[in-house]
Amino acid sequence: MALTAKGITKYYGPNRVLNQVDLEIRPGEFVALLGPSGSGKTSLLRIIAGLQFPEEGQILFDSTDITGLEAGKRQFGMVFQSYALFEHMTVADNVAFGLKVRGRHQRPSRSNIDARVRELLEMAGIGSLSDRFPGQLSGGQRQRVALSRALAIDPRLLLLDEPFSALDSKIRKDLRSALRNIQKEVGITAILVTHDQEEAFDLADRIAIMSDGKIEQFDTPETLLRHPKSEFVADFLDGIDSFQHQGAGI
Amino acid sequence: MASSSVNQLLHPQIRSFHRRQRFKRTALILIAVAFALLVMGLPVVAIFARAFQEGLEIYWANIVEPDTVHAITLTVITAIIVLPINIVFGICAAWAITRFRFPGRRALITIIELPFSISPIVAGLCYLLIYGATALVGSWLDQWDIQLMFNLTGIVLVSLFVTCPFVARELIPLMEMAGVDQEEAALTLGASGWQTFWYITLPNIKWALLYGVILANARVIGEFGAVSVVSGNIRGETMTLPLQVQLLYDDYNPTGAFAAATVLTVIAVVTLFLRSVIEARHPHRH
Repeated sequence: MALTAKGITKYYGPNRVLNQVDLEIRPGEFVALLGPSGSGKTSLLRIIAGLQFPEEGQILFDSTDITGLEAGKRQFGMVFQSYALFEHMTVADNVAFGLKVRGRHQRPSRSNIDARVRELLEMAGIGSLSDRFPGQLSGGQRQRVALSRALAIDPRLLLLDEPFSALDSKIRKDLRSALRNIQKEVGITAILVTHDQEEAFDLADRIAIMSDGKIEQFDTPETLLRHPKSEFVADFLDGIDSFQHQGAGI
Repeated sequence: MASSSVNQLLHPQIRSFHRRQRFKRTALILIAVAFALLVMGLPVVAIFARAFQEGLEIYWANIVEPDTVHAITLTVITAIIVLPINIVFGICAAWAITRFRFPGRRALITIIELPFSISPIVAGLCYLLIYGATALVGSWLDQWDIQLMFNLTGIVLVSLFVTCPFVARELIPLMEMAGVDQEEAALTLGASGWQTFWYITLPNIKWALLYGVILANARVIGEFGAVSVVSGNIRGETMTLPLQVQLLYDDYNPTGAFAAATVLTVIAVVTLFLRSVIEARHPHRH
């Protein structure tokens, strides 16, 4: 299930936030969009999600044009920076939501939904929390609920918008490896937006370095460190300790 | 006692400071309580005292007097028509203002709040000026025998005007604060626009919505100025409850007036009670 973005250009009023962006993501790949704030990475993710629409360019999924398709019809799971949990629903109802709102003919039976929710919560390591409300959870637990909810719809693509930015560093590391394991286990293609280099290098198979509405370089972590194509990329990755990465990476 | 022995140890100046603080506190509380009783509490008691002065039977006879019953019915019908329109308009306006950026957005917020700053009687006159039988729109509608003023339609129109801000005003800050994240999450999970509104937006705003409706309801039922201009004051036909109270009073029937007034007062007290119940469940009000 490959995703292709071709010549994506997006304006907010007079400001061009994305400028002719091309991106090709292979099936099963974990890609990070990495860049400083204002580089356009979140806009690109929201356009892929179908929450925003570009002025120019195309989004293709498995060579089908989905540029104008609304978010709900894309079947992409999204984890929001704020988690965006439904505060008035229990954890189980949050995760079940995407299945319950389906039309009568595509909706699984009640018992199937319950079983699927239990399975997802177990996988995320929060099986015991299903009757709690989001307000009663810690940040890390909320994040796991958000991930389970996104995975419940059997997404064709998993989109993650700064999913760890609100967590402290210890929990962040635990969740990172949990996310990586789940992604490989489910075999889903994933796109992560982050401004944290360590996070991107830790998780991603390939990283797209973004700056000023453009992708500066899109390569594996090793290639980025060894052969930065521009001064900007070299500068931006200056702080990364390549040694440490090779130890922790794969 | 521990506190007095501590007091002994304190410097005399500090002690006198504490005494003055205590005095100020007591004085302020007394003033507030006395003012509340005198200005708000006493009149309410007086209404009931006067209404029941001649006994329960006379009171009841005044309540079930046909014109008064008609006034109560008309007032309830007005509320039943106005409140649903208010709910729909309030949600639409709050949605548009908090979810979209469009030219004239600020102006829309100001216009919604306009009824708060306009005297209701002026509002009534404005409606008469536009929709009255000899006026601009009114005379045009008159060709088709459509009359908007001096009947239920007129009463409903001005009631809509005076209550239009209540629901929207409660919802706008709440929806602004909640942001669009939950709604966007629902959309990415495959929910339709309607499902997103019904399952995500509405549960989040329901207490604020109810709060606004209760305030609007109290206002619809109690409105005098604007309604008196457009109702035409036709006995037994276009008299709402507040107008009926005044009519009875002008007819030298104080017992009837006060009896009708107790109905309004009971509604006010119920409103107050519901408000405090909702405030407890809807913490954003604090």
